[in-house]
Amino acid sequence: MSTVDTSSIAGRGRAIASPSPRAIALIKAVIFVLCLGPLVRLVGGAALDLLGVNPVELIRRSTGTWTLVFVLVTLSVTPLRRLTGWHWLARLRRMFGLYAFFYAVLHLTSYVWLEQFFDVAAIVKDIIKRPFITIGFAAFAMMVPLAVTSTDKMVRRIGAKNWIALHRLVYALAICGVVHYWWLVKRDITKPAIYALALAMLLGYRAVSAARKRTP
Amino acid sequence: MLIKRRGDIRPSEVTPYGVYLRRREFLKAGLAAGLIGAAGLAATRSVGAQGSPGKLAGIRKSNYSTLEKPTSYGDVTSYNNYYEFGTEKSDPAIYAQKLRTRPWTVVVEGEVKRPKTFGIEDLLKLPLEERVYRLRCVEGWSMVIPWVGFELKSLIEQVEPTGKAKFVEFVTAYQPETMPGVRLPVLDWPYVEGLRIDEAMHPLTLIAVGLYDQMLPNQNGAPIRLVVPWKYGFKSAKSIVRIRFVEKQTRIAWEKAASHEYGFYSNVNPEVDHPRWSQATERRIGEDGIFTPKRKTLMFNGYAGQVASLYAGMDLKKFF
Repeated sequence: MSTVDTSSIAGRGRAIASPSPRAIALIKAVIFVLCLGPLVRLVGGAALDLLGVNPVELIRRSTGTWTLVFVLVTLSVTPLRRLTGWHWLARLRRMFGLYAFFYAVLHLTSYVWLEQFFDVAAIVKDIIKRPFITIGFAAFAMMVPLAVTSTDKMVRRIGAKNWIALHRLVYALAICGVVHYWWLVKRDITKPAIYALALAMLLGYRAVSAARKRTP
Repeated sequence: MLIKRRGDIRPSEVTPYGVYLRRREFLKAGLAAGLIGAAGLAATRSVGAQGSPGKLAGIRKSNYSTLEKPTSYGDVTSYNNYYEFGTEKSDPAIYAQKLRTRPWTVVVEGEVKRPKTFGIEDLLKLPLEERVYRLRCVEGWSMVIPWVGFELKSLIEQVEPTGKAKFVEFVTAYQPETMPGVRLPVLDWPYVEGLRIDEAMHPLTLIAVGLYDQMLPNQNGAPIRLVVPWKYGFKSAKSIVRIRFVEKQTRIAWEKAASHEYGFYSNVNPEVDHPRWSQATERRIGEDGIFTPKRKTLMFNGYAGQVASLYAGMDLKKFF
């Protein structure tokens, strides 16, 4: 049944207004499970001792990477929607955003637990003294209100206008996240540069379309 | 010269073949990783343990060895920092197999009465001993490695440094055709390290040609490297081609890259933080579990008894 729905999306592309609610539910379910993949890999790998020579480093890096990836995926929804006309993609955005928060929580937990072993004094010292940790922590702090206000109920409660204004924080936290990565690498900036470029394109798209709107 | 070599194949010269065979293991490991995800990690982990570059014989034990449990051969040979082959820890085990390690000479020159060029074959004939040392990386992890080699001191005595020889400079291999990492200016190639002459003459300072009774695997700095156990790992230069005695302090590779983060001395010191992370603790590779708190880093990596006197009166925060 649902297979027919999804193939029709692929087949007709732009022409279709939206897949059926049932197809969207299925797409969401599949993506939900796929997004758990990185976590399943880490938990399974840790249980079976398959996380390589330095498992803690791998956990820290993997959760950090996936946080950034999900932030960028979340930010891709709007440009992609506008470029393809697939407006139903907006229905996936909250899930991607919450996955970004989910992996950020795991990333922060890996630092607090596996790196610092709940040594509060050392953590506070790190946040104050080390710019890459300061900015990473700031990025996480900005994610919290966005996650808290992600429900439909909260949107109604604070009003759509306020909600949109608040959720513009995502641009700032995305920048902080990439800078966090850039500042922590020892010497080779290739990978953070790739994330920076992707983010620049996503933000650039918005800047250009906003400028166009202003000058009709 | 070539003709003479042909009739005189040493076991060491067969190494590339073993290495060649090992490539297939990488291929398999890669395939496995692609196919079964997490299981692939296990395959890459064991890669370092497969194939061995050649056994060394007549190795004496040493009182300088620690009794701590050595890190597994697999971990020691698959988790490396050797930026000429890439900046990921897994890169050197994969890409360093192309490093040309024969013929190999080490030129010893500069402020010495008897400059000399040593062939690697001659150096391998020197009396070898095993030194099980702790290795502390500046990144906050550590290993225990059974090196095989000889004291740098014994080599220095052969060339008789002059009174002007205050520092010793180590220049390492630069092979653009075998080293994919040197295409990017990550560091100023070739990688250069340095020691003060008294540090170089210290009995703990080792020239290693092997580990675990085997000749050094390429990713660990074949065929000949420095090991200075009380300093952060990057001080122990790999694949050395030139040792120069000089009057002025060397500007070492990491100092050139970021002088506020890495200094000439780079002694392991839990009280002097790296600007971006604390050096108070470390994780012992292969031993500490995921949920084990990190262990405390020891002053001079636990070699304070032997080396602290070298730095008497020095402000170690200033000379980091």
